[in-house]
Amino acid sequence: MKTFLWVIVPYVSIVIFVGGHVWRYRYDKFGWTTRSSQLYESRLLRLGSPLFHYGILFALVGHVIGILVPQRATEAAGIGDPIYHVLAISLGGVSGFMTLSGLAILVYRRRTVGPVFSATTVNDKVMYVLLAGAIVLGLLATVFGNALAGGYDYRESVSPWFRSIFYLHPRADLMAHAPLVFQAHAISAWVLYAAWPFTRLVHLFSAPIGYLYRPYIIYRSRPQGLGARPIPRGWERADIRPRRQG
Amino acid sequence: MQVMAQVAMVMNLDKCIGCHTCSVTCKQAWTNRTGVEYVWFNNVETRPGQGYPRRYEDQERWRGGWELGRRGRLRLKAGGRVRKLLTIFSNPLMPNISDYYEPWTYDYENLMTAGPQQTTPVARPRSLLSGKDIRISWSSNWDDSLGGGPELTRQDPVLERVSEEVRLEFEKAFMFYLPRICEHCLNPSCAASCPSGAIYKRTEDGIVLVDQDRCRGWRMCVTGCPYKKVYFNHRTGKAEKCMFCYPRVEVGMPTVCAETCVGRLRYIGVVLYDPERVLGAASTPDPKDLYRAQREVFLDPYDPEVQGAAERAGIPPDWIEAAQASPVWSLIQRFEVALPLHPEYRTLPMVWYVPPLSPVVDVLRDTGHDAEDAGNLFGAIDALRIPIGYLAELFTAGDPGPVRGALQRLAAMRSYMRAVNLGDPPDPSIPAAVGMDERDVQDMYRLLALAKYDERYVIPAAHAEAGERLDELACTLDYEGGPGMGGWGPFGEGSGGVTPVAVETFHALKDRQRTGAFVDPADGRRRVNLLNWDGRGEAGELLPQDGDAEG
Repeated sequence: MKTFLWVIVPYVSIVIFVGGHVWRYRYDKFGWTTRSSQLYESRLLRLGSPLFHYGILFALVGHVIGILVPQRATEAAGIGDPIYHVLAISLGGVSGFMTLSGLAILVYRRRTVGPVFSATTVNDKVMYVLLAGAIVLGLLATVFGNALAGGYDYRESVSPWFRSIFYLHPRADLMAHAPLVFQAHAISAWVLYAAWPFTRLVHLFSAPIGYLYRPYIIYRSRPQGLGARPIPRGWERADIRPRRQG
Repeated sequence: MQVMAQVAMVMNLDKCIGCHTCSVTCKQAWTNRTGVEYVWFNNVETRPGQGYPRRYEDQERWRGGWELGRRGRLRLKAGGRVRKLLTIFSNPLMPNISDYYEPWTYDYENLMTAGPQQTTPVARPRSLLSGKDIRISWSSNWDDSLGGGPELTRQDPVLERVSEEVRLEFEKAFMFYLPRICEHCLNPSCAASCPSGAIYKRTEDGIVLVDQDRCRGWRMCVTGCPYKKVYFNHRTGKAEKCMFCYPRVEVGMPTVCAETCVGRLRYIGVVLYDPERVLGAASTPDPKDLYRAQREVFLDPYDPEVQGAAERAGIPPDWIEAAQASPVWSLIQRFEVALPLHPEYRTLPMVWYVPPLSPVVDVLRDTGHDAEDAGNLFGAIDALRIPIGYLAELFTAGDPGPVRGALQRLAAMRSYMRAVNLGDPPDPSIPAAVGMDERDVQDMYRLLALAKYDERYVIPAAHAEAGERLDELACTLDYEGGPGMGGWGPFGEGSGGVTPVAVETFHALKDRQRTGAFVDPADGRRRVNLLNWDGRGEAGELLPQDGDAEG
């Protein structure tokens, strides 16, 4: 069971996450979109969407610092344990609260605004459950597991375990003794990752950073064929430019 | 000098009767799908009126297009790159569905299923978005032909810019229709606004397209376009826009809106231009100079230097010939009667308009004067400040000069040609008064009044080799029951592989339109395509012949 939860589940999830994105990008570029519902309703969205998105981006940064960066590195940077914990709990709490309240507004909007509700697919609903589950459990882990219960140092169990997965030397025993709420948060995250490539969450990987650097106007040549089909072999376009004499 | 070709359009507003045939045929061809119910790639607005979406010309609110910064640099009016990315989660400048209208259908089933009752059963309107009953209170043409009275008309943002006195008189004096499609601008602000870089301008023909595979639904293009001609498909989550019927234009056919225009008021042709001059022209300090600046971007296809540069740039010879025969070029550069729509947005639009003279003529006739006498008309154009002022706000950023000039040339043509048609000696002083010679006027008359199909639409086909034709025919087979034929894929509307854009086999369609034969030549003798069968010839081949039993 230990091996299943803390070794097999992560690897299966990672394989699905990576493979799923590759497959979806190749098979379904057209379906790769945010599917924004702003056209239907923008007042609630204006509040909820930035709250949620900025909150979860902060949370992402927090996770990178807390899980990927080893304790040694932060200590070497002069951030001692007490300071780290205060920062982690406060910033993590704030970003978690932002995310959760944003999500609450967005779910409320999705349920009550008629057109938005009609445009919600089963896929969306499953995604919302998984996403909300992971966020709520994460916030619970921060508040109850870390802040109220006297401070659980996940950087000595959860973080090394997470990194060990990527070293291809998984240390399941580290995670087996973590508090239940941390375990639940980790499992919910793996399930979410496994579902990720098949939901609208793929738009995370379309974050348009390149917009900052590209020229404003893009010129593109017409594709070789007429219409949307790729050119079959043997039908390539001939060079129609008149050849110069001499 | 660099040379690029642009397929452009001119519409002669004098001839538009506001019948909406272009809108309807366009809709049937391209936006007759879920997700784009509210989308009109082509719409016809009544002027004065609010337009579609309502008050889209109010750029203080919607902030579309470009503006000049303090140091004279061109920048997006809605804000630069960083600002766009920061507001990406909720675009504060995007029109809501209520600024367009909530699309609806009628509950026709009730007509069939209602039991016996005292009153006639009715088909209630139902929202196509939520499925609930709605009260219809707005649509794409709610103020058609000044419907809704002065209250609605007065909210026209263009009218608001014309002075108060003008506004009060205006509604009595003047009304015309303005058909609009995407402007396929030389400096498209929608493309510049797209975070994903999905909107591009084609090098061969200048058509501005949305790459549906790269669009991620960030919605910034909707804000960026000052004409509000990029729409958001709410089912697929992708931007869609008028694509100048490129599958048709590629094989030399006019767009659907032009083909079906009953007034024959649309002209399509090639214009050569210098892309290196675009930014400079768009940055012209005084908005009133933008009309002139844009004309300086265009290149004369008769100039041997331009021809050489065009050849070096890979523009095929038949395209250069088409640019010389282009009705668009003639109306813009030779006769100077076509004007751009809202040049002050600095996008350098490429759908131009011949301003309407008829309202002036009507006013003149109503006052009992001879409405086709050159002197009377010239006087009226000068005296009727109202229409001139309004048209100038529409076409020249408020400069009455070019509008007056265009109307005077149209007026000169009318009175000169009246003499010709009545057999009177034509008066050469009339064209001379507007800076034209008699041949110019005759040519302009031919183009505006008589021009046949091949003169109105001078569209060189895209260069593809003969095998492509077979390829196009194969497309329809692929399309039948293919992906995107309806319903939800696993990841939303139409997810999955590529759907051919060319729904109809355009080569075959073109052949059948120009053929003298009774049956679609593509079908040969083997079968009759009932979908396309228009009653020409017999459908006899549909049934097996006696000799065909081996199949």
